[in-house]
Amino acid sequence: MRTPVIVGAAECDLGITNKSILHLQAQAVSRALEDAGLKIGDIDGLATNGISRFSATQLADYLGIAPAFTDSTFAGGSSFEMYVARAFHAVASGQCNVVVISFASNQRSAKSRSLGGVVEHHTPEAQFETPFGPLFPLSYYAMAAQRYLFDVVGAREALDEIAMSAREWALLNPKAYRFGAGSLTNSDLASSEMISSPLRSSDCCLVTDGGGAIVITSSDRAKDLKKRPVAILGFGESTTNSSMTTHKNLRVTGAKQSGDRAFAMAGVDRSDIDVVEVYDSFTITSLLSLEGLGFAEIGQGADFVLDRKTRPGGSFPLNTNGGGLSYCHPGQYGILLLVEAVRQLRGECGSRQVANAELALAHGTGGILSTNATVILGAA
Amino acid sequence: MSDVSEFPYLPLEDAISAPFWEGTRNRRLLIQWCTQCHSFQWYPRAICISCAGDCLEWRSASGNATINSWTRVHRSPAEGFVPQYVIARVLLDENVLMLTRLVGEFADNPTCDAKVTVKWQELSDGRALPVFG
Ligand SMILES: [Zn+2]
Repeated sequence: MRTPVIVGAAECDLGITNKSILHLQAQAVSRALEDAGLKIGDIDGLATNGISRFSATQLADYLGIAPAFTDSTFAGGSSFEMYVARAFHAVASGQCNVVVISFASNQRSAKSRSLGGVVEHHTPEAQFETPFGPLFPLSYYAMAAQRYLFDVVGAREALDEIAMSAREWALLNPKAYRFGAGSLTNSDLASSEMISSPLRSSDCCLVTDGGGAIVITSSDRAKDLKKRPVAILGFGESTTNSSMTTHKNLRVTGAKQSGDRAFAMAGVDRSDIDVVEVYDSFTITSLLSLEGLGFAEIGQGADFVLDRKTRPGGSFPLNTNGGGLSYCHPGQYGILLLVEAVRQLRGECGSRQVANAELALAHGTGGILSTNATVILGAA
Repeated sequence: MSDVSEFPYLPLEDAISAPFWEGTRNRRLLIQWCTQCHSFQWYPRAICISCAGDCLEWRSASGNATINSWTRVHRSPAEGFVPQYVIARVLLDENVLMLTRLVGEFADNPTCDAKVTVKWQELSDGRALPVFG
């Protein structure tokens, strides 16, 4: 069996681009291939979503290729961590040789984001949840945060610290939307608008254009490519709920199962991980993910972050590009977790580089804490 | 209760859920009960998620519940919804979670783990939504 590795990673334009989705997709794919030293004609596997109903088909057509493997699993922001697992199997088995995983959105330019989400009238959620008027997905995360605040002392300060830490990292990343915006201050937090209590705008991710791509091939094929390959050591996923009322415990997410599966496959310990990229759609998402993944005990995540260890220079580098909160959030952020993890392992991150980063974890979350997928990567 | 016009979304119903919605016209909170494994479930389905059987019938819930969590919505999700209002997950005494709104004093001062009971919010077509307060 062949050993799949990651050989390319790149972002498309980020922020406010006034470009179409496929234009941004083409940028992401081309730049990731350039990074790898491969050409569009080398792609024989493609995984993407968010373009149209037939997303992978659409992108293959746009790129002018006829791949032997496609996947458009639609699971929100964690889809891209899931694609790593699918691509791994496809390359390992020999179904295909070079898989590109990509995503792009122009949601900011196109003003296509709605606070109520996309209502599909035939679903149970439309029948039994939409009539009450929740913001979607925001109000679900807000209820998770509300419960956390009710149960755990110091949690409000911990959510604020997660937002402040992300901003500190963004100040080191010239690509970050908030690069140059300065530190997040207590008065910024205090004046931040309440959206769905207890979550304020400072707890919510950016709404931007953006995206990226990574390239996966076999270790044999990687030998004559441009850069040191990144090893795919473990992955795991867990899908828990679509409805707002299925998952009993708002504070314990599928990150637990997802993380346990990935760590078991990788055969490494939590304490071995040098850099962690978790989906921060909201501050509470980071907090619950850190606990679910086992970096902190359940209920101890607030204490874990409050000593500022997740900031630049701290002992637990978290969301080192500035995260969805301060760098970029194109609706589905999962691809950018992978791009940053790869760059950290290659030592390409400039002033935000984590010294001697050898093991990285990327953890995606999709929907309303619905889907979780974890990938553990290693420097070759 | 709020005006019916502040509940602008009229849900579709289907063969499975029709008895629930019919019950709301008479202000009865009906939830599915599995006669095979003796468990309640919410939302209504064609199968029992506890035993995978289809021996489901409708039972009246007590209407008593506990607030699992809540959020005060400050922005409108769609045209016609008028913030501020409070969305909640409540755990019915029958051990199923429902999404709802809080009304009355509980909307003014919500708190997790408080006990609430069902009230009804009429929709413009004569059906009603179970809200709690
Ligand atoms: Zn049953």
